[in-house]
Amino acid sequence: MSDTPLNGATPRSSGLLSGWTATTWATAICLVLLAVVPPVSFYAGQPFHVDLATRLVCLSIAAVSLNLILGYGGMVSFGHAAFIGIGAYSVGIPAYHATYGEFDLIASYNGWFHIALALVVSAIFAAITGAISLRTRGVYFIMITMAFGQMVFFLFVSMETYGGDDGLTIDVRSELPLIDLDKPLQLYFLCYGSLLGALFIVHRMVNSRFGMAIQGAKGNELRMQSIGYNTYVYRLVAYIISGAMCGYAGFLLGNFTTFISPEMMDWTRSGELMFMVILGGAATLVGPILGAVAFILLEEILSGFTIYWHLPFGVLLILCVLFARGGLMGFVSQWGRRNG
Amino acid sequence: MDWTLLLIQMLNGLQLGVLLFLLASGLTLVFGIMDFVNLAHGSFYMVGAFVCASLTFFTGNFLIGVILAIPVVALVGVITEKIVVQQLYARDHLDHVLATFGLILCFDTLVHMIWGAQGIAVPLPKWLDGQVELFGGIVFPTFRLLIIGTGLTIAFGLYYLVNHTRLGMLIRAGASNRTMVSALGVDIQLLFSLVFALGAVLAGLAGMLISPITEASIGMGNEIIITAFVVIIVGGIGSMKGAFIAAMIIGLIDTLGRSFLDDMFKVFMSAPAAETSAPAVSAMLIYILMAAILAVRPQGLFPPKVR
Amino acid sequence: MAETILEVRDLSKSFGGVHATANVTLDVLHGETHAVIGPNGAGKTTLISQLSGDLKPDGGSISFKGRDITSLPAYQRSLTGMARSFQITSLLMGMSVLDNVSLAVQAHDGHSFRFWTPARKDRKLRDKAMQSLQVVGLQDRAGELAGALSHGERRQLEIAVALATEPQFMLLDEPMAGMGAEESARMVEMLSGLKGEKSILLVEHDMDAVFALADRISVLVYGQVIATGLPEEIRTNEKVRDAYLGEGDE
Repeated sequence: MSDTPLNGATPRSSGLLSGWTATTWATAICLVLLAVVPPVSFYAGQPFHVDLATRLVCLSIAAVSLNLILGYGGMVSFGHAAFIGIGAYSVGIPAYHATYGEFDLIASYNGWFHIALALVVSAIFAAITGAISLRTRGVYFIMITMAFGQMVFFLFVSMETYGGDDGLTIDVRSELPLIDLDKPLQLYFLCYGSLLGALFIVHRMVNSRFGMAIQGAKGNELRMQSIGYNTYVYRLVAYIISGAMCGYAGFLLGNFTTFISPEMMDWTRSGELMFMVILGGAATLVGPILGAVAFILLEEILSGFTIYWHLPFGVLLILCVLFARGGLMGFVSQWGRRNG
Repeated sequence: MDWTLLLIQMLNGLQLGVLLFLLASGLTLVFGIMDFVNLAHGSFYMVGAFVCASLTFFTGNFLIGVILAIPVVALVGVITEKIVVQQLYARDHLDHVLATFGLILCFDTLVHMIWGAQGIAVPLPKWLDGQVELFGGIVFPTFRLLIIGTGLTIAFGLYYLVNHTRLGMLIRAGASNRTMVSALGVDIQLLFSLVFALGAVLAGLAGMLISPITEASIGMGNEIIITAFVVIIVGGIGSMKGAFIAAMIIGLIDTLGRSFLDDMFKVFMSAPAAETSAPAVSAMLIYILMAAILAVRPQGLFPPKVR
Repeated sequence: MAETILEVRDLSKSFGGVHATANVTLDVLHGETHAVIGPNGAGKTTLISQLSGDLKPDGGSISFKGRDITSLPAYQRSLTGMARSFQITSLLMGMSVLDNVSLAVQAHDGHSFRFWTPARKDRKLRDKAMQSLQVVGLQDRAGELAGALSHGERRQLEIAVALATEPQFMLLDEPMAGMGAEESARMVEMLSGLKGEKSILLVEHDMDAVFALADRISVLVYGQVIATGLPEEIRTNEKVRDAYLGEGDE
């Protein structure tokens, strides 16, 4: 969907900042706003804005992780919300046992343990489901990832111990050194820092040999095989990395909401993540963040007007698909070309 | 083992199977012929249930409600095809998925606006509301038998339609060779609209049939649609035969798993362990089945010959 | 007499009862340019796809450099020194010309599980890729998007990508397809520069090019090899004239 060239031509720079493209500007502005606005509005007595921003940043990380495989790798995964759920329950389940006993092996409030659990379980789930779904192509892949996502949804629905359908309240947030996640701003900056980290990782990765290989496989898999790539293995590794990263986003989201339920991994949630990626601009670095911002602000604004806000929202989504290919980043780079 | 219970549960599985087939056959037709992925297919299931509910209350008779609701759903299908879907045929599957995801939100909200947030229970006429005694003292709800009968009749009708009629010939040709169909001078646009409406009606009918059992509710299509996807993945996307066989397998396995898995688990594990693990496994059973089949046959049981 | 590099024995493939390849037996010698000609629908591309590993044969065997590769996947065949160009140009249109070639170099420079160092600044990859581009004469277009190239240039890039994998053996599927006379001439000149250095199996419709380049020619009709021989033998072969060269004037 993106028409951003992948040639990586370095812009000619003839002075400080003059080499910045519109895309780079958008990236910088976006990241600076996310760093400044939440603390300012917090001290201005608008804690609600911090909550909104935290949710937004968590979902941005998930969208960035999805973009790695969807945007750069061409793997249209429709089950990514499952990883968010796995990450969130990696906080909830150990905390539950630490509070109410049983399963001493995993009972813990330790944040490092929660993170490790989220990463490892997500990676294992991605490895198993990816190994099967990546044997297929196109629409099969879309539907199979969707089905596996829904499988996790039903798994958690069936687990009565952890509340089943009704969900699970996290009484004690993850304990990490130096920061207190009960303090909204500290939690926010953990999320924000994590987002920067995720962006940096994705940025390095897509420009590395590995990234070139998965982008090549997106463009033409047969060609990549005939020049010597085992595309299946590269795709699978990309899928696992993306899944683990999304699991980490789930870890943050669980700590933010302190209430987790299977609903957060419903397939419609996966659809929303996909929309954030496409809306912002797939295969662009900050596109998913712009998409998440647009998505959540739109949701907030529309739902303020009417309880039937899903209708204009749905119509907008359809119009976006029909008329705004390339997403918001597409607009930004077009604007840059016209005015630069 | 309780054989009466087993037989009853098998009939229940069959009933779920035919419902899944009604949904999956439309999906697979639309995909096979138009190469179009429709996430909003479940919305027709929901619309069918609600329209049927209203018409049942209006006419006072469920069967008349169903008969009148069918053309309404067909109309909704045609309008959807004309306004949104037609713009998408030339696009890739990702665009299909995203746009029809938007459609789901629209349909869910429109239903919310028209019928309100509450579900609607649909009353059955007396003669359908009871139970009948089958062979060997097995008692089974009349209406569920009617669902099975209707579903099998439609499956047979679809088989006849696809294999023995001119429309069916065009459908089969369209699936394998689009340019040939246009070369025959057939209005391909009209063919597509017809097929899309047919798919919508099949899904709508499934919704109407289930509404007296579960009631019509918002989002009812969003859950079952994934199971219908599992059906067509297992059956082979685009294959009508595959959709039928897979629907029966999935319907049976899901139903039987939910009712007998804990008993089976108790054979080789402790009762408490069986009681906690059986629900989890039975919830995942059809997905595990799907994974197993795909691991062996990535294109499903009956992959279409030409793609 | 040079040794054989590729031995094809009784290779068969059918699609729904139609024999696209019927018991094809064929040898390509070291350093030889072996052309396969035949009318449309003779199964030439099907043959190439089986040799490159993109299609699984129903029966028969393929051995390359003395090793049986019949069931080897495409990417492993590439790693053992075989390269393929596609009849329908299948470049990565959204990437630059240099990226397209550089990816081919990268595939043959160990595994690609290197996640951190920018690949586009990797001199090792870029220099080798530029060398391949120079061979085909595209060095000045390195920074363009592959999608921005003309048809003829794309065909050249196809060859450059194949060359970048440093193959001993190249499968070229109609490299002159859709080219003008001048472009074809340049391609023939370039391919003749590779003669002797690389073993080549060339599928081509342009008979002038075939007779200019080939050391030996095999004629494929309805999936069967009806004759193999030196260009002069093929030109005068009765069976070939009847089946192929005789019909129309290409």
